[in-house]
Amino acid sequence: MTDAVADSSLRPPASRPASAVRVRSYWGSVWHRLRYDYVTLFCLVLIIAIVLTAVFAPLISPMDPYKSSMAHRLRPIGYHNYLLGTDEQGRDILSRMLYGGRVSLTMGILPVALATIIGGLFGVVAGYFGGKVNMLIMRTMDVFFAFPSVLLAVAISGSLGGGITNQLLTLTVVLIPPLCRVAETATSQVRTMDFVDAARSTGASTLSILFTHVLINVMSPVLVYASTLVSVSIILASGLSFLGLGVSPPTADWGLMLSTLRQSIYVQPIVSAIPGVAILITSIAFNLLSDGLRQAMDVRA
Amino acid sequence: MTDHMMTPRTAPVDPRDRGGPAQPMLIVDGMKKYFPIRAGVFNRKVAEVKAVDDVSFYVVKGETLGIVGESGCGKSTLARLLMHLIEKDAGELILDGDLVGGSTGVLLDGLRRALQMVFQDSSSSLNPRLPIEQSVAYGPKVQGASGKSAKAQARSLMEKVGLNPNLFGQRYPHELSGGQKQRVNIARALALAPRLLILDEAVSALDKSVEAQVLNLLGDIKKQLNLTYIFISHDLHVVRYISDRVMVMYLGQLVEIGPADQIYEAPKHPYTQALLACRLSMDPEARVDAAPLAGDPPSPVSPPSGCRFHTRCAFVEDVCKAKTPKLGDVLKLSADKHLAACHMVHPDSGHSRAPAHATAA
Repeated sequence: MTDAVADSSLRPPASRPASAVRVRSYWGSVWHRLRYDYVTLFCLVLIIAIVLTAVFAPLISPMDPYKSSMAHRLRPIGYHNYLLGTDEQGRDILSRMLYGGRVSLTMGILPVALATIIGGLFGVVAGYFGGKVNMLIMRTMDVFFAFPSVLLAVAISGSLGGGITNQLLTLTVVLIPPLCRVAETATSQVRTMDFVDAARSTGASTLSILFTHVLINVMSPVLVYASTLVSVSIILASGLSFLGLGVSPPTADWGLMLSTLRQSIYVQPIVSAIPGVAILITSIAFNLLSDGLRQAMDVRA
Repeated sequence: MTDHMMTPRTAPVDPRDRGGPAQPMLIVDGMKKYFPIRAGVFNRKVAEVKAVDDVSFYVVKGETLGIVGESGCGKSTLARLLMHLIEKDAGELILDGDLVGGSTGVLLDGLRRALQMVFQDSSSSLNPRLPIEQSVAYGPKVQGASGKSAKAQARSLMEKVGLNPNLFGQRYPHELSGGQKQRVNIARALALAPRLLILDEAVSALDKSVEAQVLNLLGDIKKQLNLTYIFISHDLHVVRYISDRVMVMYLGQLVEIGPADQIYEAPKHPYTQALLACRLSMDPEARVDAAPLAGDPPSPVSPPSGCRFHTRCAFVEDVCKAKTPKLGDVLKLSADKHLAACHMVHPDSGHSRAPAHATAA
């Protein structure tokens, strides 16, 4: 019997065809590493949950976020049907938080996505072609870098005026330079690698080299950096709303809510802090997620 | 170009052959590359690095030409110039009788198909985000092959270099050893069915046993595919093993060229003699105690006057500092001639060790 055991353990698994060797794509291996990173997974779930509550706000919010009630102003958490209390006009905080998430998350994700595409494009072009093209693009970006991002955002949005579209535009412009710089650095590193020269020596066009060999290597640092910018963008948008340069008052928005509840901080400190806590949790979640993504996307890990 | 008196070679006639068996695979005439050094507010050119300075030679069909020299002597720059990866400042490239890049010559695309290169750094020469099968198939795809035929070609090439395509095809470069990566690089270079392969330190980064495997592989492939090699290395033993002819470079210039056996048995140029003296011997009694060559080579920004080697040469005389020794017309002479750019070799050069006129060969 021992012979049989030894025999079977020595025999290679003959039934397994040679082509069945595991084939894991790049994204497959990223997911494989992410699966065991519980902090990152928790943040991912949290972000998905926040996004879902924002998307389905009309279905799940208990009350009308715009219906005020002078009788129930600044009620504490858990008062009657008001799960998170009411604001200075007697509107349900929970409903306003759910609706406000729509604006705040849009302001966090959309400008970053736009800036990644535009800034990434400029950065890859500057990094790959170098020389005068690089100089022109990167010195232009340096002009924007000369101002602190908050100041730049205030200046642009002050001259454009309030409103969601203008706020979106402002944030996109502010986020383009840092993303451009990251893309440029990554591209100029890849540019010097021998595999780009090897691709050139096959007679490939510049466009083909950029798409097949450069973009795929530049993508992960840019995506990781972009994910850290989501929290920056949410905070910037909240700041603009707080200063009255973003969305206009009746609209529910986390930054705007924080701004208006500020005056009631001595009356209802905990209720006033709720929008701030939401901003904090969301941005930390995005930051930790990007940290985990950076580790998972490192191909040599 | 018919005045080249080639040593007859019994290479089978290749259908791609245009110039006949006597026509050199590649003629390099007066190749120059000066890299500008820019400085100051206006980025003015303040100096030039003379990386490759007036180098002429030719490669016979079917041979392996070894190129040796210290680090920084312009070997790799020369390779990149031949591949048109960097723009040359002057010089001509004639591929199998056709001028490359000229108005009547072959287009760059033709050169790219005929000339391929294996890079030194096996890991940076493979895209870390592409499975190696796709890296190999990229060249044929660029040249218009369908995805399916490019893939089939890549798989057969991987088999040719000794990698099972079923096992390795979908792997990423970081999952391969150095030797395996270099095999992939060779497969990738072969994918466009080149006639001349430039091997730039292709085995230098590998450990000795793997190096031997890859060298044998290169020998087999050369016979199978009727290839010509330019083999660049600083490893003199390996160059002797693989090369038919050897050329020695010093500070961007060609100082000695000739059949490998003659160069190794009877080096003419004192630089070549010093290089060969640096080789490690198998005999522990014959160990090298003092370095035959002291110090670094002089700066290629302002190379020494006269003979560029005179600052480190043991036989230096006044004539070496004043006059630049000539190598002789490499392009006009036959491939089995052994030439050296040294005053001690040329009769009547004024050097005390120069042969008398009558005995000049």
